[in-house]
Amino acid sequence: MATSEVVHAHAAPQGFIRKYIFSLDHKVIGLQYFFLALTAVWVGMILSLLMRIHLIWPGANIPLIGHIQPETYLSLLTMHGTIMVFFVLTTAPQGGFGNYFLPIQIGAPDMAFPVLNMLSFWTTFVAFVIMIAAFFVTGGAPLHGWTGYPPLSAMQSTGPGEGLGADLWITSIAIFCAASLMGALNFITTTLDLRAKGMSLMRMPLTVWSWFITAILGLLAFGVLLSAGILLLMDRNLGTSFYIPLVVVNGQVMGHRGGSPLLWQHLFWFFGHPEVYIAILPGMGVASQLLSTFSRKPIFGYKAMVYAMLAIGFLGFMVWGHHMFMSGMNPWSAFAFSILTMCIGVPSAIKTFNWLGTLWRGNIRLQTPMLFAIGFVSLFVSGGLSGPFLAQPTLDIPLHDNYFVVGHFHLIMGVAAIFGIFAATYYWVPKMFGRMMSESLGKIHFWFTFIGTYAIFMPMHYLGMAGHPRRYSQLTEVGYLHNLLPLQRFISIAAFITIGAQVIFVINLFWSIFRGPKASDNPWDATTLEWTTATPPPHDNFGGHTPVVHNGPYEYGVPGAAGDFVMQSDPAVSPGRAH
Amino acid sequence: MATLSPNLVVKAPRSRDRGSGDPPSFGGGGDGNRGGNGPSDYGERLRRARLGLVVGLTAVVMLFVGFTSALLVRRGLPSFDQQTNTYSRDWVPIQLPWTLLLINTGVLLASTVSMELARRDIARQMALAPVRSIPGVSLGDERGFPWLGSTVVLGLGFLIGQFLVWRVLQAQHAFVNKNPSNSFAYLLLGTHALHLAGGVVALVYAAATTLLNRPIESRRIVIDVAAWYWHFMGFLWMYIFAILLIAR
Repeated sequence: MATSEVVHAHAAPQGFIRKYIFSLDHKVIGLQYFFLALTAVWVGMILSLLMRIHLIWPGANIPLIGHIQPETYLSLLTMHGTIMVFFVLTTAPQGGFGNYFLPIQIGAPDMAFPVLNMLSFWTTFVAFVIMIAAFFVTGGAPLHGWTGYPPLSAMQSTGPGEGLGADLWITSIAIFCAASLMGALNFITTTLDLRAKGMSLMRMPLTVWSWFITAILGLLAFGVLLSAGILLLMDRNLGTSFYIPLVVVNGQVMGHRGGSPLLWQHLFWFFGHPEVYIAILPGMGVASQLLSTFSRKPIFGYKAMVYAMLAIGFLGFMVWGHHMFMSGMNPWSAFAFSILTMCIGVPSAIKTFNWLGTLWRGNIRLQTPMLFAIGFVSLFVSGGLSGPFLAQPTLDIPLHDNYFVVGHFHLIMGVAAIFGIFAATYYWVPKMFGRMMSESLGKIHFWFTFIGTYAIFMPMHYLGMAGHPRRYSQLTEVGYLHNLLPLQRFISIAAFITIGAQVIFVINLFWSIFRGPKASDNPWDATTLEWTTATPPPHDNFGGHTPVVHNGPYEYGVPGAAGDFVMQSDPAVSPGRAH
Repeated sequence: MATLSPNLVVKAPRSRDRGSGDPPSFGGGGDGNRGGNGPSDYGERLRRARLGLVVGLTAVVMLFVGFTSALLVRRGLPSFDQQTNTYSRDWVPIQLPWTLLLINTGVLLASTVSMELARRDIARQMALAPVRSIPGVSLGDERGFPWLGSTVVLGLGFLIGQFLVWRVLQAQHAFVNKNPSNSFAYLLLGTHALHLAGGVVALVYAAATTLLNRPIESRRIVIDVAAWYWHFMGFLWMYIFAILLIAR
């Protein structure tokens, strides 16, 4: 079995293919994940651009696409959600930055199973290609949304995209599950087994904790999604009736009977809710890391942060039912799910409190990574506060199928996680490429994106409270929505500007990679192990020696220290703060 | 002081198959309870591989947790009958060829025993490896029973037996879409067979490492991990058998 290959016995490869394509080096694999996610995010963003154009100018004749039909709109919506959730929010923070920095931050030369790591990236890549292929087959991409509810998703004849397109969609998701499981296996084993001497669990940076917990969530969640996907493929192609009851499509009785669409919802959301935390937890880790570093203060309540993340991960598996309040579930079940959901507010509040406590009276350096970390906290609070609204079954009934939910999950899961990715990018690009990113471009990018996302998603809450349904392609012909059209136009224009601002980011990124000013080994005066090694790190991360850890990860503002911080590998522990 | 004869040099076991230069050493975890033993510590590699296997098997467990909960839910669901306009349960227990399944179970259990003997055999060889590298020292006839090969044969036998179960079901016109109980039986048998086939591939790879003259440590790790995977497949089969028996 490839998994038992020797860890990092491989010498630095020389050929182009072994060095950059089928590389076993976790750093190269991390960059591959990062650039895959960067490609995917542009695909997903262009899909949302098309949707926003269609919503305010339904008659627009778009080059190459023409008039957007209602079913095309549903395809755009489905693919936007799927690509963003799986290939951006799951891929970039965990596969990208986690792969690159988890081994370095724990002082390991590589992941535990390098071959498996390479396989997991290339499997993800194949899944992405198959997902994109769904656009180009007969009937186009599927219509069933990223949640893939049957019976719409479970039969070939329910819509134009539900033929081959939907089969490709499910196949892609199943392959993605396998890839994520391989990745999770590697992350967990690496964290448990490859830590450097002195790197006890409670000395791990919070980023490592967040990647570790995310990997556990992925390990437990993706297997269930895989099982659900296999059943769905069987329903579609083998004539079974797991999810399909007696159904009449276009006046024709289909051959299925007795299945339950709710069975899919249970299995899907058992995965789907932890998936939300898979997207956001790495962002929490990065925000903690950055708030501490750029406030020049130890993180407030390190242990509380760790236990809060564990609690969020644990509770995340018990609340899937709150996505199904509208499914006619027993009110007692709904009550239980509701209470458990609101319990998640407690660890979330602990985290928020600790972030603010870290900032309090800090010597704050408002550089671009810090701005995005603060932006993350802001969006986490704004998006999170509407959570307890939706957690109440009675309130969920009017709000569930309208723009309130769209605003909620985009703030908390979408852009908050994206802000975590941005913060990580601005923070770690100097280490990954050896070049600093432009601060001024970064700040312009931040303010456009920060104000832009609020301008897009805040009004959606008002649309929802005014009863505007989601997933509808045609708004201009509906009488009672007429008064809401100006708000939709505002949202679309804000979206155009925000998407345009992302060009600044891409220019900044690529300009910096090639032309940016050279970065020192530790440009942010940070303490964790990745800043002790060369920039960019050598093939085995630490140039032949293994670091030994003497301190906790957030020793800032240390009394009596030479600078205002003590590196994790610095043996000179200040007497004032012995760990 | 007596000197050793020059040809009696005890070689340290090779631990890295592609190592070149000075590979970085591992600290061995930060909790202080396991010391960093340097690059040649094969025990750490074995432990890491086993840990990876346990984590990987958790994913397999979750896959079957998904299937099981789907089965329990689907089994209790009412179905609408057009003719009578009533709801009734549409679950009809599947008639499985139990004798054949019992034979297959026996074959799988035999393969588990064979696998365990292969695992112990390689562990024994491993322990004797330093002795064997002493020139002039003979351990007698080293060719023991090919337990690895017999495991592969028995595993393939099990897969063929499962295939025969499918053929019997097809001969009875008990197709996958006839009834939800049939669907689940095919699903569980098929998924288990696929996982077991993966185990066979791992065993063939382990055998190939013998032929490729890989260092014995690498071979032992492969065989050890494959063995624990194989034992898990045995447990999984017992579980599936019980499910098919109780909740068919």
